[in-house]
Order: sequence, then C-alpha cells, then structure tokens
Amino acid sequence: MRLLTHNMLTSHVKGAESGYPLILEAAEVILRNVDFNPEFIKRMLSKVNWDVLYQTAKAIGHLNDIPEQLQPNVENDEEFLRKAHHVLLEVEVKEGHLICPTSKKKFQISNGIPNMLLGEESSS
Amino acid sequence: MKLKQLESHLQMVVDTFDKPKISLEQYATTPHIAAHMLYNIDTMYNDIQGKLVCDLGCGCGVLSVGTAMLDASLIVGIDIDDDALMIARRNIEEFELENVQLIKANISDTEFFGGKIFDTVIMNPPFGTKDKGIDMIFLHRALKLASTSVYSLHKSSTRQHIKKKAAEWGAEMTVLAELRFNLENTYKFHKHKSVS
Repeated sequence: MRLLTHNMLTSHVKGAESGYPLILEAAEVILRNVDFNPEFIKRMLSKVNWDVLYQTAKAIGHLNDIPEQLQPNVENDEEFLRKAHHVLLEVEVKEGHLICPTSKKKFQISNGIPNMLLGEESSS
Repeated sequence: MKLKQLESHLQMVVDTFDKPKISLEQYATTPHIAAHMLYNIDTMYNDIQGKLVCDLGCGCGVLSVGTAMLDASLIVGIDIDDDALMIARRNIEEFELENVQLIKANISDTEFFGGKIFDTVIMNPPFGTKDKGIDMIFLHRALKLASTSVYSLHKSSTRQHIKKKAAEWGAEMTVLAELRFNLENTYKFHKHKSVS
C-alpha cells in the first residue's frame, strides 16, 4: 500500500466518530520505481493531507527528508517534488496493518493490498 | 503506446477468471474492448496519462493493467474477491507495472475514501442482473470519487434509467460507444461544475 493511498483511506467502522487518519503499522516495506511526473505531484500536493503524510512516513521510517511543513513556492523545487514523489508513490507497505483511530479495528495489509472489509462479509 | 500494441499486450499476458463467480457477475473485459476503451479515454479525453485513476470492481485487472500501461500516475483497483485480486496481482507482476494499487473492499460499503480524490474512474461494473441495483451503486460511488469523469460499461436496456439517475446526481451522461460481444454500452459521465 502506497502512502498516497493511505492518505486517502478512512475507516468506516460504524459508530466510529472519526476514522481518519488510519494508524499505519508496517512489518515489511518495499521500494518501487515509479516514473516521476512533476505535474502530478504538484496537483497531489493540493489534495493530500501533508501532516498525515509526514507523520506516517516518519512512523514507518521512510521520511526521505520531506519537511514537516509544506513550504510555499515548492512548485518549482524539483528536488522537493522528487522527494514527495518517492514518499507518495514509491514507498510501499507490503505487509502490515491499518488501525482505526477510534474503534481500534485492524485492517490487514497483505501483499501490498489493504483489506478494508469490515468483518464477516466475504465473496465465497 | 499505439492502440494495436496495447491490445496485443492485453491479449498476450492477461490471465482471467478461472472460476467466475456468478453472484458477483464476474466476467473479464475482453482485451479488444479494454484496449479500445482505454486508448480513446487517453487520447480523446486525456483522462489517463498522469492522472489518479480508480477501477471499481477491477476483477482480474484487465482495465487496471491497461490503464497502468497508458501511464496513469497511479491506478487504484478495488475488488471484494480474493481470487480475483490474486489474478490481478499476478497480471500486474507479469507486466512489471509499478503504478498499480490494489485494495480489497466492498463497493457498497459506506465511505472508505474521503471525497473526490480521483481524477478519473474507469470501470466495468456488474450489470445488476444477479444483484439488482448493484450497477447503480457502483455508478453512484464512482461519481462521488471522480473529480472529472467516470467511464463505465452498462447494458443498453438500462440507458434511460441511468440517464435519469445521472441527472439526479448532478452528472451529465454521454453515450460514447455501443458495443456488441458480451458488453453493450459504455458511457462517459461528466461532473457538472458547481455554480455558486
């Protein structure tokens, strides 16, 4: 699971007041090699919750030198955009858990795929 | 990437369902339809390359793989079924695609994403012949997730109903292609810009 995905996901446990952000526990992290598209990263900067990205990257030990606060005029700072690109798209939690901040329900991440199903529901 | 190249790639490697589950209306999007659909979405509407794209009910991942090949920045494929996701993962690895994210989730569940975070949604949802109304649940979710367009395949018999619902949900529907084979229609939904 990429950190961009983590940034967008929210827990939907019934009765949980706030399911965001999910706590991320990483047992295994792999690094991918994704094409760098500065326009895309610039666009994402206006969509992602930077604080959540920073705290999550820090928690799993893949901060890659991104700043705690999003600085103004970063649009033309290619070095920064590359760092953000790496953290958003190339750091992948292969095995681990997402934990709902209020209900503490755990969602397993296996083979990079988070399982957001709530419980008994299954297709087979 | 050329259309023919995309189609032959999709033909060569993509594994599809070993044992399709009728209750989930699982059937693979054919490489021919997937390639033409995706190629047009990319070249005519510029809604794939460099975009954040979502595939609801991705199944074995034909549309997700094609979308990744056309250089979406990230394609997020979502499905409820483990077997389908395993095949999708195999396909992604086969092509060495680095820009795909799979998620296991129930599309009819309450929100697991906050807001209109995706640029584009591309999907081949269940037609709703087994599970009545599931096609409209997918469509409704898709419209909530996409900030620009939703591309979706539906049965032509549901066209009037979809048109009515789309209008209720503030989207504008265009019929882009009528397809034979096992699939019948593909629609594009444009979000209405909100006027304040």
